[in-house]
Amino acid sequence: MRASAATPAPRVAPPTFDWLFIVAVLAVIATFIRAIFFTPMDALQGPAQKIYYVHPPSAWVAFLAFGIVAVASIGYLWMKDVRLDRLAESSAEVGVVFTTITLITGSLWGKPIWGTWWTWDARLTSTLFLWFIYVGYLILRGAVEDRAMRARYSAVLGILGSLLIPFIHLSVYLFRTLHPMPIIGKPSKPSLPNDMLITFLMAFCSFTLLYLALLRARYRLASDEALLEAEDGR
Amino acid sequence: MAEARHAVEVEALVRAFGPRRAVDGVSFALDAGDCLAVFGPTGAGKTALLRVLAGLLRPTRGRASVAGVPLPGGPEARRHIGFISHASMLYSALSARENVELAARLFGVPDPRRAAGRVLEVMRMASRADTPVRSLSRGMQQRVSIARATVHDPTVVLLDEPFTGLDAAGAAALSAALGVLRESGAALVMVTHNLEEGLALATHAAVMTAGTFARYEPRAGIDARAYADAYRTLVTLDA
Amino acid sequence: MPDAFGAALLIARKDLTIEFRTRTAFFSAVVFALLAIVIFFFAWDPTAVAASDLAPGVLWVIFTFAGLLGLHRSFGVELEDRALDGLLGAPIPRHAIYLGKAMANLVFVLAIEVIAVPAVALFYDMPLGGFAGAAALAAVMILAAIGLVAVGTLFAAMSVNTRLGELLLPMLSLPFFVPIVVPAAQTTARLLLGRPVIESVGWLKILLAFDLVFVAACTLAFPYTIED
Repeated sequence: MRASAATPAPRVAPPTFDWLFIVAVLAVIATFIRAIFFTPMDALQGPAQKIYYVHPPSAWVAFLAFGIVAVASIGYLWMKDVRLDRLAESSAEVGVVFTTITLITGSLWGKPIWGTWWTWDARLTSTLFLWFIYVGYLILRGAVEDRAMRARYSAVLGILGSLLIPFIHLSVYLFRTLHPMPIIGKPSKPSLPNDMLITFLMAFCSFTLLYLALLRARYRLASDEALLEAEDGR
Repeated sequence: MAEARHAVEVEALVRAFGPRRAVDGVSFALDAGDCLAVFGPTGAGKTALLRVLAGLLRPTRGRASVAGVPLPGGPEARRHIGFISHASMLYSALSARENVELAARLFGVPDPRRAAGRVLEVMRMASRADTPVRSLSRGMQQRVSIARATVHDPTVVLLDEPFTGLDAAGAAALSAALGVLRESGAALVMVTHNLEEGLALATHAAVMTAGTFARYEPRAGIDARAYADAYRTLVTLDA
Repeated sequence: MPDAFGAALLIARKDLTIEFRTRTAFFSAVVFALLAIVIFFFAWDPTAVAASDLAPGVLWVIFTFAGLLGLHRSFGVELEDRALDGLLGAPIPRHAIYLGKAMANLVFVLAIEVIAVPAVALFYDMPLGGFAGAAALAAVMILAAIGLVAVGTLFAAMSVNTRLGELLLPMLSLPFFVPIVVPAAQTTARLLLGRPVIESVGWLKILLAFDLVFVAACTLAFPYTIED
């Protein structure tokens, strides 16, 4: 194609002040300050219990992120809009980061409480496989040259991956589990004291905010990359 | 409806890969027995154009139809198309006859065994029909490949660089075979960078550069030597 | 035009004819399976771990890897001379191509199972149980093979077109094989011990659900891996 640009537009939008990222980081810091200094120590677990303010929210964000991957993937196959592909890619990358945090913090907590860094507990094992699926997703993306093909292939994997999660969970769960049961989901009443519960919920909100900020930043990067690639392609 | 139903009709066709437009606004129409030769350098978008016509790529914009069926028309459109490329599309472990017969069955040809025998006869491959494809010469494989692509009497035959890798005898056999196809009423679209062989068969000729037809005219008015000079100029200009 | 199932059968028959003539993938898969059975035996101390405890795990690890050998070949054949373009140009629905390739792969995997199970029974001195047990074992084999092949065929179609090629196939497939291998190995262990079939029903249900979900999902997804 012949270059038709009379006035060269700025190749990429200049870096803007990422207010969302700043807000999210401040929220996470606030949560941690509250968690460390203003939330009572657990009588049984001691400081190890502080993991509650990192580990479950990370796991939640990981699931949210991979849910977004699945939805964006279905959307991409339906509408073939490259923006949905970028969204899936960005969400998968952020999701892998949070899955990694989940695994590491889980392991740190497991040492003092279970007495081992790693155990083949059902939740731990399924989280590990979750990590494998989406690392595989990112590797697949890196291995396909053609852009449309990359988008279609990864959309297919993004959808199948989300279908796989319940099966993996079910099959490893039947091995019996020693993991503490989810705290919030209980219908009767949450088993955390009020002080802890508020910090716990704050952690969920601030982590979700952090996810959105990272997702947005990563998405912008993907758009800029596509823009540059398009210009070089001419 | 019967009137003006061209074998191939392409109008303002665009096919983009991401931001790059491989085919960028191509229009033409062919009737039964016509043969369009599309010349052009590598990367001009010839193969993409052919793959759109073969129903293997979706048009990004514009219209393309084969035998009156708009593309990508699904099975209904593919029934009318025969696709021959420089890759043979044959299974090397199967014999020539098995390959052609498989195609006949997939295309729903009534008597696949007889149809396969007939096209292999036309391509003068009857005597080697039961040889595994891997032990046939390149030229023979190309002839089997044509038999495979024409066993269902396609309305349109698409050829992607069919002369590549053929020796003189193979090329002569191919030219003869394509002549037979045209006489039987098929429209041909041939993509090649070989001017001489292309012009020998064509009723229409086009030069494709950067996704568009830089020239498109009936063969009748073309002087081969002048055309070759003009072609070189167009191609160097583009580069 | 043949219907989708007819076209799938044509494609499956074509694949099996090619495999039968060249036999490369099948022989290497069988030799691999037998080698693995022997090596696994020596990797464990038979005085510490009873062979019967080992056998189910060995069997299923071998099936998955031997299956991967066959799955990769399945689309290699199509790309050699771009024969896949010939199938794509035929007036058949896209999913018929997937079903045909999957059927051929299923026969491939089942054939390996038919050879490997007696081999394991022989080397690990396993009784194959009574008739009910053997029938249940066969059911597990078939259900698991369907799941392996459904997912593996789709990923094989994708991985042949990537830069990593055969490396990518196990990387993508193995997480998907977890909900197949775990129930299959558990059930096999129980059946080999002669436990009543009823104990394995829960696991069999997981296998069956997996097959239903992934055969449907992969059939729907396949056209997106080849067309655009």
